[in-house]
Amino acid sequence: MTAINVVVNGKSYTREVEPRLLLVDFIRDTLSLTGTNIACDTSQCGACTIHLDGQAVKSCTVLAVQADGSTLTTIEGLANGKLHPMQQAFWDQHGLQCGYCTPGMIMAAAKLVEENPEITEAEIRHGLEGNLCRCTGYQNIVAAVAQAAKA
Amino acid sequence: MYPSKFDYVRAQSVEEAVERTSSHSNAKLLAGGHSLIPALKLRLAQPDLLVDLGRIAALKGISRHNGTVSVGALTTHATCAASDDLPKVWSEAAGLIGDPQVRNRGTVGGNIAHADPASDLPTVLIALGAQIHVQGTAGSRAIPADEFFVDLFTTSLEEGEIITRVEVPAESNQGSAYTKVFNPASRYAILGVAAQVAIAGGVCRQLRVAAGGSTPKAIRAHHVEAALQGQPLNDTTIQHAAAAIAEDLGEEVIGDMYASAAYRRSIAAQIAARALSAAAARAR
Ligand SMILES: Cc1cc2nc3c(=O)[nH]c(=O)nc-3n(C[C@H](O)[C@H](O)[C@H](O)COP(=O)(O)OP(=O)(O)OC[C@H]3O[C@@H](n4cnc5c(N)ncnc54)[C@H](O)[C@@H]3O)c2cc1C
Ligand code: FES
Ligand code: FES
Repeated sequence: MTAINVVVNGKSYTREVEPRLLLVDFIRDTLSLTGTNIACDTSQCGACTIHLDGQAVKSCTVLAVQADGSTLTTIEGLANGKLHPMQQAFWDQHGLQCGYCTPGMIMAAAKLVEENPEITEAEIRHGLEGNLCRCTGYQNIVAAVAQAAKA
Repeated sequence: MYPSKFDYVRAQSVEEAVERTSSHSNAKLLAGGHSLIPALKLRLAQPDLLVDLGRIAALKGISRHNGTVSVGALTTHATCAASDDLPKVWSEAAGLIGDPQVRNRGTVGGNIAHADPASDLPTVLIALGAQIHVQGTAGSRAIPADEFFVDLFTTSLEEGEIITRVEVPAESNQGSAYTKVFNPASRYAILGVAAQVAIAGGVCRQLRVAAGGSTPKAIRAHHVEAALQGQPLNDTTIQHAAAAIAEDLGEEVIGDMYASAAYRRSIAAQIAARALSAAAARAR
């Protein structure tokens, strides 16, 4: 076992973990933050996207030990009193159907807009290539990201 | 999915990483983990020890001096995509790797050490004539990209050797470009062509072309280069030269569930022509 310390959504946690524990399992099972989903578990779908030291990453493809000393934000930490503009936009534009891909979509999209506030529709589509929606609700997802960019 | 059990150490320096991996019979280096962790989950790799390079600051970043650009092995594709110091063909290819999340984690050293035939960087580094600097128990050496990639998932790295940085000539008057046909799910290359060209007196002077994604390892497109060297660059000459890529690809074209060998052969000349045209348009 290896001791790690991480700050997740503003709160500091120190835990003993097995080196093989995936960051997504650490978030879901060890910290009981189950908003982050696991879908493909093969680095393709983006459902597990979180922010690791300010960058969108697929947490099923990071070991918890690699995150030692890092600052993480999960979907639970995005709202700050009221919904984050990206969350509000997904609500307004009905950017979800079953909702399974949604936490990862929102985390990925929030970074895209933060890094490129003038984002175009083509850039939104290119930027969300790492996030798959099995309900294929892409049209409304793109509309939601465009709304959030204007917010 | 759970990897099999392993021990983990975070190396503080390249020397420590070399020492740890070479003194252990079944250790593996860990960089961004975006090839290794999937392999661990599938238990295709079952090391007893992972030596994490992730926090070695000396291995990160891009610097330019005296006409050379040096890229640390731990530099991410996202950093390369945003760099103005790198030749255009490299930053362009880096921006087409996977997706933003993958580019935030995947590194230059991990990409080339893994030597996946569907990767983009081997093609780019061969086109640029890169030198790959490595460090091991016997000291340091530089390996030309042409000799670094040996076969499918096989490089000329010796046991215990670590890639520290990659050097390429800085781009001055040349233009360069990378054109890629994607696997629609992973976005790995089905075929990628990298081209760099310099124009003088209205004709093509210096030309380097490489192709990857369709052969067991990326290849230099010598036939394409020979057909265009000393020629004016226009649609006719470019189309003619690009057709020679069939000879460069040779007999060992890959066919898999994503694209048959016949399909890859049929698109190759068109993709090569696009890379050459884009590179020529950028040359000054
Ligand atoms: C969904 C997905 C899509 C992708 N799409 C593309 C794509 O389109 N194009 C593309 O080119 N790549 C693609 N990749 C690969 C990715 O971008 C990384 O380049 C790749 O994962 C390797 O880099 P890494 O840092 O993650 O290496 P790791 O996974 O950490 O390591 C890979 C191998 O290299 C060894 N290694 C790592 N660093 C060094 C070093 N410094 N010296 C010696 N050995 C070392 C490790 O021991 C291991 O064997 C994709 C990956 C994923 C998961
Ligand atoms: S669960 Fe991580 S990418 Fe699909
Ligand atoms: S809303 Fe169902 S997977 Fe996207």
